Amino acid sequence: MNALTKQHLIDPEVCIRCNTCEATCPVDAITHDDNNYVVDPGKCNFCMDCVAPCPTGSIDHWFHVPEPFPLAAQFSWMELPPKPAEPLASLMDNEAEALLEAAHTGAGGRVLAPPSAARPLVNIFNRTNPARATITGNFRVATGGSDTRHIILDFGSRNFPVLEGQSIGLVPPGFDAAGKPHTMRLYSVASPRDGERPNTNNLALTVKRVEGGVASNWLCNLKMGEMVEVIGPFGSTFLMPDAPDANILMICTGTGAAPFRGFTERRRRTAPLASGRLHLYFGARTPEELPYFGPLQKLPKTLLQQELVYSRLPDAPREYVQDRMRARAASLAALLRSETLHIYICGLKGLEDGVESALTDIAMDAGLNWPDIRETLRRSGRFHVETY
Amino acid sequence: MPDGMNIDYDGLIPNNVGLNADARVRKALETWHPGYIDWWKDMGPEGFQDSLVYLRTAIGVDPKGWAKFDYVKMPEYKWGILLAPAVPDRKIPFGKHKGEPVWQEVPGEYRAMLRRLITVQGDTEPASVEQQRHLGTTAPSLYDLRNLFQVNVEEGRHLWSMVYLLHKYFGTEGREEAEELLARRSGHQDTPRMLGAFNEATPDWLSFFMFTFFTDRDGKMQLEALAQSGFDPLSRTCRFMLTEEAHHMFVGDSGVQRVVERTVEAMQQAGITDAHDIAGVRKLGVIDLPTIQKKINLHFSLTLDLFGNEISTNAANAFNAGIKGRYREDKLEDDHQLLEATYPVLRHVGGDFITEDVPALSALNLRLRNDYVQDCNSGITRWNRVIEKAGIDFRLALPHVAFNRHIGEFAAIHTDIAGQIIDDAAWAKLQDHVLPNQGDADYITSLMVAVTEPGAFAGWIAAPRVGIDNKPGDFEYVQVVA
Repeated sequence: MNALTKQHLIDPEVCIRCNTCEATCPVDAITHDDNNYVVDPGKCNFCMDCVAPCPTGSIDHWFHVPEPFPLAAQFSWMELPPKPAEPLASLMDNEAEALLEAAHTGAGGRVLAPPSAARPLVNIFNRTNPARATITGNFRVATGGSDTRHIILDFGSRNFPVLEGQSIGLVPPGFDAAGKPHTMRLYSVASPRDGERPNTNNLALTVKRVEGGVASNWLCNLKMGEMVEVIGPFGSTFLMPDAPDANILMICTGTGAAPFRGFTERRRRTAPLASGRLHLYFGARTPEELPYFGPLQKLPKTLLQQELVYSRLPDAPREYVQDRMRARAASLAALLRSETLHIYICGLKGLEDGVESALTDIAMDAGLNWPDIRETLRRSGRFHVETY
Repeated sequence: MPDGMNIDYDGLIPNNVGLNADARVRKALETWHPGYIDWWKDMGPEGFQDSLVYLRTAIGVDPKGWAKFDYVKMPEYKWGILLAPAVPDRKIPFGKHKGEPVWQEVPGEYRAMLRRLITVQGDTEPASVEQQRHLGTTAPSLYDLRNLFQVNVEEGRHLWSMVYLLHKYFGTEGREEAEELLARRSGHQDTPRMLGAFNEATPDWLSFFMFTFFTDRDGKMQLEALAQSGFDPLSRTCRFMLTEEAHHMFVGDSGVQRVVERTVEAMQQAGITDAHDIAGVRKLGVIDLPTIQKKINLHFSLTLDLFGNEISTNAANAFNAGIKGRYREDKLEDDHQLLEATYPVLRHVGGDFITEDVPALSALNLRLRNDYVQDCNSGITRWNRVIEKAGIDFRLALPHVAFNRHIGEFAAIHTDIAGQIIDDAAWAKLQDHVLPNQGDADYITSLMVAVTEPGAFAGWIAAPRVGIDNKPGDFEYVQVVA
């Protein structure tokens, strides 16, 4: 494929030279002369920090070019050069697109990002030009049942910009039985955008070892210091709303909790006192098998309302996520009436039907119509499903 | 986590300064709040208090998620107290305390000076809202109406920021100053605002655009200088205000540009190439370029007065004390103390202009003014590109710094726009040709008719290139409730 580079440019006709971008840029990639404000292609790491504060919209231009325009050329512009045609989707990454599309079918139609979500970047790194990350953590996050791990990938000095809810692509080394490279696997990012701790340049994944699974065994066996090649980021709809008044209902099983760990941590860091509430319905067989059971116990109720649901407790009837939802009908009905409700479902595909029927009944008992609500939510970027 | 990234959004006053844990200041601000809302209802935008306006609200100080756009009734706007994140281990960047840790409390010896600076800055914020309160009824589009209101609510928030500092750090005196900020009125005979330009009327939308371009730009320069302050809460406050102030620059800069665009477009369509064919151009229902130049002459000269005397002991003291720095002090490469340095000052001596090297410390007002003039020129250059592209032989320009001045070196003389000194009689004759006269005002006023259909624009101004928040052209930025 043609090696196209993504380049960040500023429209000199619209820019008013207010200097906000230059003052905001954390890596000093933006500079100016008497004529123009410009972005150094060698420094810009696509962190997007400059985009929201720009009052004009002039900053929001992204070209795919064979060779980046050097600073000298940008300084001389009176207007942007013609925008080159967007590369075909097949050149970007149809492998990841196809995976995500399949995972999102449960939303029941075209999905949009939440209105207050930050703008995601996608397709920065591909198979021919992957980012390299070092494993800096790999430990179990569930004491019982199968081996579920929290794996930390550190990008060193390279920026790999992700938002909560986005995924990354990983390709196991080696070849499949037919002698072809392995297909790409997508993993949801389990950490917030600014890393495991604020301003660390890493991200975390939640990976469950599957018997005979090529990718999961490779990942779960990775040792500290080993390098992996990372593709992406991917996903431009299953994103966290930034609005502090957003009520977020998160429903998951197993490793489907990964994006919600990112959501919760983001809210904890930026707006722990927000008026919007986080609600988590999280199902597992037993507490021992529930990923992050320990850390979850430490989160205050004011940050996260937790409903941890177990289907294999000794001496207790089997309880599934949908059963607990029915038991919390009053609270959920109130949420369904909220103007700022966002719903996210993540985990195994089997989860969808149970949640759908529970919400249908809860709504009906409250004099509401779930399909209508779901449709309204979906059309406004507030209903998201990512299941496998 | 950097200090101050958490926004408490639940209380009456959204903030990232820990108001919940500071009962005294919270109570003081909650006591001040009703008076503010009364002021907003009395003196804020007239006739649109119940309308839903698509506004940006600051909800964080993290660039990745700092603003949210939504429909809001202006009196219900969340006027928060937001400070940029603290820079760890920040040192006083200039003056005699250079290199010492920044102050988190007001140093006793500089208390009066700081209070004065904060009060003057605070006074300009409500003043401009008052000056602009009648403009809503003649907005050239819903897009422009929304931009006006965005500027207004953010000036309101900037008032809150200054009032917070007064309440938090200046005790009883601070509380009294905060009350006074709500009591003064722009242009009022007995209780005017503190600075001259903030008592002038903003009679029409071209004046509004000129005001946001020229006068808000002075605000930007002052905030840039205060953002360097060794008094850290002031520095952090101003740094965050600057990100909002950029939008105000944008409204003025792009507003004038759109007026120019529409004028040259209409001239081209009508086959008029002579920019001085004022009658011909006015028949097209657009604002002729010479009148735009007169507005520039007026607003530029009025705003230069805001920088104060070229040679100023107050400015020297504030710098020396580490309270108010230079424009982008952190990017300058010198000793940041200026005890030995000199700076060239244009002075009026014995009927002539001379350039005199004076101690740099006493010339700081002028230095900031020079940076300001350079900043203004960048806008003029862009406006001229539009005229040049249309093939019209006319260029806008800033008048000479001595033109039409009432404060400083040139207060006692008259000059033409090129800076030639002229006598009173010549000035009396010249005035109507270089500053907007009654005929110009009448003509512009005749164009000021509200356009309220989404996506439509008055005939004297071009549509913007990009919508706010990337909205499409026919977006209903204001849902007007009569």
